[in-house]
Amino acid sequence: MIQTIAARLVLLVSLILPEVAAAQDNDWQAVLEKAKGQTVYFHAWGGEPRINAYIQWAARQVEREFGVRVVHVKVNDTANVVSQVLAEKSVGKSSGGAIDLVWINGENFASMKDNALLAEAGWANSLPNWKYVDVENKPTVVVDFTVPTEGQESPWGMAKLVFMHDSARLNTPPSSLGELLAFAKDNPGRFAYPQPPNFYGTTFLKQVLITTAPDASALASPYDMTVAAETFGPLFAYLDDLHPHLWRQGKAFPKDAAHMRRLLADGELDIAFSFNPGDASGAIANGELPATVRTFVLDGGTIGNTHFVAIPFNSSNQEGAKVYANFLLSPLAQTRKQEPEIWGDPTVLDVDALPANEKALFEALDLGPATLKPEDLGPVLTEPHPSWVVALEEAWVARYGSGSE
Amino acid sequence: MRANGNPDVPSVLTVLLLAVPVLAGLAGTALPAFGYLPVLGFETLSLEPFHQLFAEPGLTRSVSLSLGTGLTASIVSLVIVLLFTAGWYGTRTFRRLSRFLSPILSIPHAAAAIGLAFLIAPSGFLVRFISPWATGWTRPPDVLILNDPYGLAMTLGLVAKEVPFLFLITMAALNRPHIQNYFKAGTSLGYGRMATFFLVVLPQIYPLIRLPMLAVIAYATSVVDVAEILGPTTPRPLAPRLIIWMNDPDLAMRLMASAGALLQLFVSAAAIFAFLVLERIAETCLRQQFVMGRRHQREKVGQLAGLIPMLSIIVLMALAIALLVLWSGAKSWWFPATLPQNFSLTQVIKAVLMAGPALTSTLLIASAAAVIATGMTLWLLEARSYRNKRDSRRLKTLIFLPLLLPQVGFLFGLQMFFLVAGIGGTIGAVLLAHLVFVFPYAFLSLSDPWNRLDPRFAKAATSLGASRVQIFWQIQLPLLLRPVLVTFAIAVAISVGQYLPTLMIGAGRIETITTESVALASGGNRQIAALYGLLQLLIPLAAFTLAAVVPSVVHSNRSAMQLKG
Repeated sequence: MIQTIAARLVLLVSLILPEVAAAQDNDWQAVLEKAKGQTVYFHAWGGEPRINAYIQWAARQVEREFGVRVVHVKVNDTANVVSQVLAEKSVGKSSGGAIDLVWINGENFASMKDNALLAEAGWANSLPNWKYVDVENKPTVVVDFTVPTEGQESPWGMAKLVFMHDSARLNTPPSSLGELLAFAKDNPGRFAYPQPPNFYGTTFLKQVLITTAPDASALASPYDMTVAAETFGPLFAYLDDLHPHLWRQGKAFPKDAAHMRRLLADGELDIAFSFNPGDASGAIANGELPATVRTFVLDGGTIGNTHFVAIPFNSSNQEGAKVYANFLLSPLAQTRKQEPEIWGDPTVLDVDALPANEKALFEALDLGPATLKPEDLGPVLTEPHPSWVVALEEAWVARYGSGSE
Repeated sequence: MRANGNPDVPSVLTVLLLAVPVLAGLAGTALPAFGYLPVLGFETLSLEPFHQLFAEPGLTRSVSLSLGTGLTASIVSLVIVLLFTAGWYGTRTFRRLSRFLSPILSIPHAAAAIGLAFLIAPSGFLVRFISPWATGWTRPPDVLILNDPYGLAMTLGLVAKEVPFLFLITMAALNRPHIQNYFKAGTSLGYGRMATFFLVVLPQIYPLIRLPMLAVIAYATSVVDVAEILGPTTPRPLAPRLIIWMNDPDLAMRLMASAGALLQLFVSAAAIFAFLVLERIAETCLRQQFVMGRRHQREKVGQLAGLIPMLSIIVLMALAIALLVLWSGAKSWWFPATLPQNFSLTQVIKAVLMAGPALTSTLLIASAAAVIATGMTLWLLEARSYRNKRDSRRLKTLIFLPLLLPQVGFLFGLQMFFLVAGIGGTIGAVLLAHLVFVFPYAFLSLSDPWNRLDPRFAKAATSLGASRVQIFWQIQLPLLLRPVLVTFAIAVAISVGQYLPTLMIGAGRIETITTESVALASGGNRQIAALYGLLQLLIPLAAFTLAAVVPSVVHSNRSAMQLKG
């Protein structure tokens, strides 16, 4: 409900846009002027060398074209960035903050929004390249884990949970969570998920949660203790069943998605998953996965969302940050990002509505041997409200992560 | 000339450099642990952080893991070193093997752990080597070797790194004057080789090994990088959990993390105490042996027990480094292939280019830290010997103090101070934090060579009218060129290896090869992880090479200055 309203609002805004375009051009000129010479500290998860290389490429482009220097500060966990801005706010640092731009979504965005740690609303919609963003068909570009973005973060890429299997060892992958459990029982030790609160581990939990919860609509509103037990019940019953058959009997977990992918490459696992539909093709191209790996999804859909960049309230280089965010939205940067060998991350743009030249860029893309076609990706399950995630992670750690079994 | 009672400038500076950050850091950790952190709006003293801490699931497990792995690794390392030295000191085998141990010492912990993981993982080299022909495995076995819940892999990683350290400390102690006479005395009394060492020599040198040993215990019970790479995760040992809490978006968690840091101090202190008790027991046993007077001439078993673990460690580490090299160039290397199926240099070049900024800051910090630490040590030693103060125990203990505390114990507080002072996340702050850990090693490495320097050189020069400055630059420094450069190299190695101080004080903005490689260690791309591990190791190696080459070039026309043997 909120989603559609927000989506329509933004749509409305984008319809009025042409009339104010001239005024906006001037505004953007002013931003470009101010941005020149600024250094932007971009705090972004740094665990994937390919993504790091892409960030550096984009940094070189904006330095050359706009004189904005972007420094990629590699973070392990975006929660650290939130805590850093919060600490700065607590000590009264309302300008000159250490962070100018952060790669973010979900509970971290919600947390920053709740604590008023973000730059003014609407900046994202004022970027010149915003007009290409596919608000209509990709509602998650304006509603992040049920929380409206209100232009406080600019979409960067689309994520959708996809599973990977090595077709050389496993011909017919499971097509539902039930079949996945049966697979694990028949092939002990060949499936694993990263240890929550790792983002990917939590995503797997959410996938199971949404699929098994008796009343999935409860997940769209904030966490409610009174229904927590019945909502989590089936999930933990499923995990209790699954864990003895996991890799290392669930006594150790992969650290993150990259670790899990490596285990798939080594043949330790038969099934792994990713939040990036192009991940398998990219990894094959880079020699990180065997060429026989293929992608699959589950019947009934998998979780999908959008990832964004946001500017903290106390950044003193907001103009530079906007220039970089705008560049990340450009058709050029978005096509390059979608190339499997570069990153393989799907675009947030409406490709059909692009001018012919830009559209051609996307049409020339070769998505690689292991990427599903957009129409085969299946339905998108929307993320639960961020407050559920916190409760879910705590419950998981208490149950499986504290060695009390 | 001032009176001997007044403290001299370098001593005061040293005390300031070491004591201020440590004390400020400790205070900055202790106050939040009791609920007081006014900058973040917590102003009432309470025990709430401790209540919260003790309510954390799996805390007991984390504490016992830290205590168990740390203490076991330290004691096992000491026993291996002592048995090996006892059984083989003075033999050709001993000299050959010792040549391998100093390079291993210069490998940063994180790089060693990464290489070790490549070696012992179920999909690692050892399993590949015997698969499938001997094991029948065409896929890696599902066995819990890395990150095992009991921390065995982590203990192994710590032992492999602490053995070389304790070995070099023991060597330095054995190189003291007159120690050789004890060996002779023991042998002439009819004791076997090992009995001589344990009953006659060890009591003489042990006081020199003890402090470093306690430092090893403090380090091993609070290690973060090795634990992240090799340690258990369900739950993690205490120190890595503290880091996670410290970074939680919920600021109240910082209070709990500080309480946890105090608990960590207590855990390390308890480990040290437990060791001291064990030490006393061992001493009593040895003394009884001594009184009984048995000569223990049959010692084949003991000798083997000393040789096998030492040899295994050297082989393990050599293989680990070889794997770092192999993986750096490997594009694809699927199980169970023993060697890479594909090599690719373009990836290497790309990765090195990407590592540029991290490499620059690593080099900058390491060389600055090494220059300052070596310079200050020289200044301090020169000033003290000029005033005829030699080898004061108090100063040594003070300099060693930072190494006896778990790093998290005061880095939390120090991070707070830097944040408030507005210099958190700068290269200068990181350099300062590194110096606290680098300086003690520089002092440790240089004070013996300095004290062995014959004071008559200086006296002769003075009587010829040379000034103090001239004596230092033209006599003392050239005579000590080799140990000074070795100290510099050690300082570089220690600085490069610093993970936690860089991470915490650098606030994520300062990245070095070490912080990068820990982050990449478990990542999807082993080639890049290996490459970073390798870079981490090449920097100290370059410094040590320099330390070996420069003196032979400079002193090439002075035969007495050439390295003997």
